[in-house]
Amino acid sequence: MTTKMKTLPFAVLSASALALALAAPAYAKVEGDTITLGSAISFTGKYSTNGIHAKNGYDLAVKQINAAGGVKVGGKSYKLKIVYYDDESTPARTGQLLERLINQDGVKFMLGPYSSATTKAAAPIIEKYKIPMVEAEGASRSLFTKGYKYLFAVLSTSEQYLASTIALAAQIAEKSGKKASDVKVAMAFENDPFSQDVRAGVIEDVKKFGMKIIIDDKLPRDLNDMSATLTKTKALKPDLLLVSGHSKGAVTAGRQIQEMKIAVPMIALTHCEAGKLVSKFGAAVDDFLCPTQWAETLSYKGDLFGTAADYDKLFKATFANYKNVPYQSAQASAAVMVWKAAFENAQSFDTEKVRDALSAVELNTFYGKIKFSSAGNNIAKPMVLRQIQNGTYNVVAPAEWASHKVNYPRKAN
Amino acid sequence: MWDNIMVLAAAPVFNVQLILDGLFIGAIFALAGYGLALVWGVMNVKNLAQGELVIMGGYFAYVMTQLGLHPLLALIPAFAIMFGFGWLVYKIIISKVIERDLFTSLLATFGLALVIQQGLNLAFGPEVQTAQSGMEIRSIFGGNVTVADIRVLSLILCAILAGLVVLFMKHSRMGQAIRATSQDPRAARVMGIDTEKVYAFTFALNAAICGAAGVLISMIWVIQPFYGVPHSIRAFVVVTAAGLGNLPGVIIAALGLGVAEQYSGFVLGAEFQQATVVMLLIFVLMWRQFQMSKNRQVVQ
Repeated sequence: MTTKMKTLPFAVLSASALALALAAPAYAKVEGDTITLGSAISFTGKYSTNGIHAKNGYDLAVKQINAAGGVKVGGKSYKLKIVYYDDESTPARTGQLLERLINQDGVKFMLGPYSSATTKAAAPIIEKYKIPMVEAEGASRSLFTKGYKYLFAVLSTSEQYLASTIALAAQIAEKSGKKASDVKVAMAFENDPFSQDVRAGVIEDVKKFGMKIIIDDKLPRDLNDMSATLTKTKALKPDLLLVSGHSKGAVTAGRQIQEMKIAVPMIALTHCEAGKLVSKFGAAVDDFLCPTQWAETLSYKGDLFGTAADYDKLFKATFANYKNVPYQSAQASAAVMVWKAAFENAQSFDTEKVRDALSAVELNTFYGKIKFSSAGNNIAKPMVLRQIQNGTYNVVAPAEWASHKVNYPRKAN
Repeated sequence: MWDNIMVLAAAPVFNVQLILDGLFIGAIFALAGYGLALVWGVMNVKNLAQGELVIMGGYFAYVMTQLGLHPLLALIPAFAIMFGFGWLVYKIIISKVIERDLFTSLLATFGLALVIQQGLNLAFGPEVQTAQSGMEIRSIFGGNVTVADIRVLSLILCAILAGLVVLFMKHSRMGQAIRATSQDPRAARVMGIDTEKVYAFTFALNAAICGAAGVLISMIWVIQPFYGVPHSIRAFVVVTAAGLGNLPGVIIAALGLGVAEQYSGFVLGAEFQQATVVMLLIFVLMWRQFQMSKNRQVVQ
């Protein structure tokens, strides 16, 4: 009796260990004709909206690739499949789930999470296990200064977000007979890794033109009032006002710039679309400049999806609840396309060979050109600058992609 | 920092803007602060979910605008529904912890704050929202100072609401019962006051006041499910500075806090605006300690 009592837990334990061991390869990297990609991404919590945008982008690309014959490796066609986990918008959870994807599910090829913060948590894990990851939603510059070898990003990094506005301001100043160095810049950037990266990029360009920074405020994380900064703006009369603080920064700025009748001739901010500025504030946000990773009006073109406009149409037809296609979805789709190209170039599922193929990828897509630097970021695609003109977003810079002329100075309200 | 002070000295008109903005927003802080003082004073519960109640109120205004109505109309449903919500929360949670020690009620209200945050997040998503009042924005002093009508109106509404609450506390039976209970709950019970009902009413009234404050906040600042915490902290600073049961003190502290935030944002930079709130709390506590130690010496 006693021996039975003692052995029973053992039996249960070993049985469950066996079950676990058997269950582990359930999602092995390549099974039959299916290649499994993994992603820990935010379906709940503060990143959930954008996390779901990204997931929809991933899913659309998988569907499209599978419908077009899948991924061809060694003369055989493979279908793509993605295993998702919800990281609850918490970086620590992203890390845990990646370990789970790698160790328990046996996934060897990763797609990124949403946000710089969660990608930052993911990067050391994939480095540790030498598992390549193509990410589409972490723009922070600091992801690409740590010497990571298995991290690849299809999007432009954060220091490029507002840098083009500086060049534009210089150009306008020179055209109107002033010197670029006369331009006075006011900046308000959130005190988080992303916005501080944006700031670093701006400062580099400001120095290049010898402009003067007259306001340089750091906005708090739970930002809901920037009237003191705007009062300062009113007092010091800059020529250019830059704001970056995710959608809360965009919404707060949108509301208070209107409310305080700030008459700066040129205003640029990040996350205009995410903050839904046009539907919230209407004409009050006309002539704001907003950087974007991608726009459906750009003349980018590639295999699979065709042009940017084609992608836009297909996305809206697939997901009926979208009125506009967020760039978060477009870049997520591009990341899956990168995986297909890497597998086909490597002609192998060996993670090292696939990694090397990733680093050599050169791709023309609806999302723009993709080519990675040795640090893993995409250096072939520029950020474009759009201006809200009568409620629509029109590309105004860089000149190569501009469809409309920039309105300057903005109509002060 | 010196540059910014020089700006204020050279163009004093900008002081007007800072002071006005501070007073307008401070009036709303006063509402949430008064609600907290009420709950703290009567029930000895330190409500960590105060800011979340404010944000909940804000979403009433947001829903109003989604329905195509003016967000100010949300004041009435926000007040009424939040009153009911407060009553429910009291019955389900607060009544279970009110007799326990301080730590239990802190934990319970902290848990409540988390539940409200995530509930709002599920219902409305994590986006930042506003409610547009669409009211006139006036320029004075040659355009250097702007005053939005909605801010003036919200100041007036705050004053009216505070006045009504004071009248209610002074003259209604329930108000008198609340005051009696806060002085001595046991004696109040002996006199036949249903203290359980008084507590429920007090908590419900606090939720309703916060709800109204939230409606006003959503038309002046922005709201988001996770923005309650700074509002909770502000309410604590206001009550700690003013003391319990001191309505004029609450109003002065809240207005002062609003103005102090604006000045620190201007002079030290926006990154110090909320830090100022916490620094003021520390100073207030130190000053109180100092005062109390002086009193003790007098007694000796």
